[in-house]
Amino acid sequence: MAAKPKLYYFCGRGRMEAIRWLLAAAGVEVDSRWGRGRRRTTAGHLLFGQVPLVEIDGMMLTQTRAILSYLAAKYNLYGKDLKERARIDMYTDGTMDLMLMILATPFSSPTNKEGSYATIVQKAKTRYFPAFEKVLKGHGEDFLVGNAFSWADVQLFEAILMVEELDAAVLSDFPQLKAFKARVGNMPNMKKFLQPGSQRKPPADDHYVKVVRDVLQF
Amino acid sequence: MAEKPVLHYFNARGKMESIRWLLAAAGVEFEEEFIASPEDMAKLKTDERFMFQQVPMVEMDGMKLVQSRAILNYIATKYNLYGKDAKERVLIDMYTEGMTDLNEMFILLPMASKEEKPDKIATIKDKTKNRYLPAFEKVLKSHGQDYLVGNRLSRADILMVELLYYIEELDASLLDGFPLLQALKTRISNLPNVKKFLQPGSQRKPPLDEKVLEEARKTFKL
Repeated sequence: MAAKPKLYYFCGRGRMEAIRWLLAAAGVEVDSRWGRGRRRTTAGHLLFGQVPLVEIDGMMLTQTRAILSYLAAKYNLYGKDLKERARIDMYTDGTMDLMLMILATPFSSPTNKEGSYATIVQKAKTRYFPAFEKVLKGHGEDFLVGNAFSWADVQLFEAILMVEELDAAVLSDFPQLKAFKARVGNMPNMKKFLQPGSQRKPPADDHYVKVVRDVLQF
Repeated sequence: MAEKPVLHYFNARGKMESIRWLLAAAGVEFEEEFIASPEDMAKLKTDERFMFQQVPMVEMDGMKLVQSRAILNYIATKYNLYGKDAKERVLIDMYTEGMTDLNEMFILLPMASKEEKPDKIATIKDKTKNRYLPAFEKVLKSHGQDYLVGNRLSRADILMVELLYYIEELDASLLDGFPLLQALKTRISNLPNVKKFLQPGSQRKPPLDEKVLEEARKTFKL
């Protein structure tokens, strides 16, 4: 039996959360590593001195998108051909842009935060959500690409939840996305990940920000 | 005969330049439509070809591809520059993601204010010398092969060499102490398609100078 992938990161969402979501969606159990021992274990394996780090299939993988692409292909969540893959890449890159805005905000100065969150919600409502609403309306299928569940759906679902944490009513003008959210949220693996006790992490709080700043020295 | 890809972007390097390099290295001829006026800019918001109202956008094989990574992934796969299997692919991705992080710093540098610039330059030099170049020199040293992954040309080599040219433009001395990377740069630059792209008259774009940036600021009212 294959060993569980080992995830090395801080005890928080950050750039690892998208990876946790994808593994959960694929029904893959993971081993999480953080805390004092982490730096000793990871020393020498961090290609650019950065985490996330995922140990899987005998490899020490870094770089969020490299890891996500590898997992998507491994667990058949990457479409059936090159053109579907290209669409999945487009959609996941777009949602990642949105999610990275949210991830960066706790680390900006307190006076900027409110402004940033408002800007992010605006971008979600005027740029990202309309684009995905249109995709779903266009083909009328349950999932974004190729009438099959893929990495693109996992990440859009995650992005929706993150923006809803900033503005609970953000989907009010997006009926397709509302239905999509309900549908995807009901899938067994997704449902499981949403339960308390899963590997899902809470939003960044002051303590998390402090730890990250201390370790990464910024 | 298949139509040529059409690249939509500003007449500048930015995030499109890596795509130009990769197409050129693959020997693929392409056309360009430049965003040159405020009207062109405004069209991004309403023209449905631009999924997230942004460029780069590349029309190819019946698709309107946006997001530079998605575009590069597609081109690399189509033209066999993405390794032979999943394990080579993930190595290529790890390397190119790191390169992309550094490339972004170069792309953003012209936009920095006069006050910010010295700091930004110092950061780029530090990361180049202490994080990125050592990592890639180590990769080449570890296997002693002519290319970064799988003993075969891939997108990782193309992006590496593009980046080495930018590093050299900033400060040629940064390449001191990285003999294997210098050799890679020479080797890749001598490949016929790359050599052609490096000649004057190709679609390769020059660095943004102050004058061009001032013009752009006025045109787009930035």
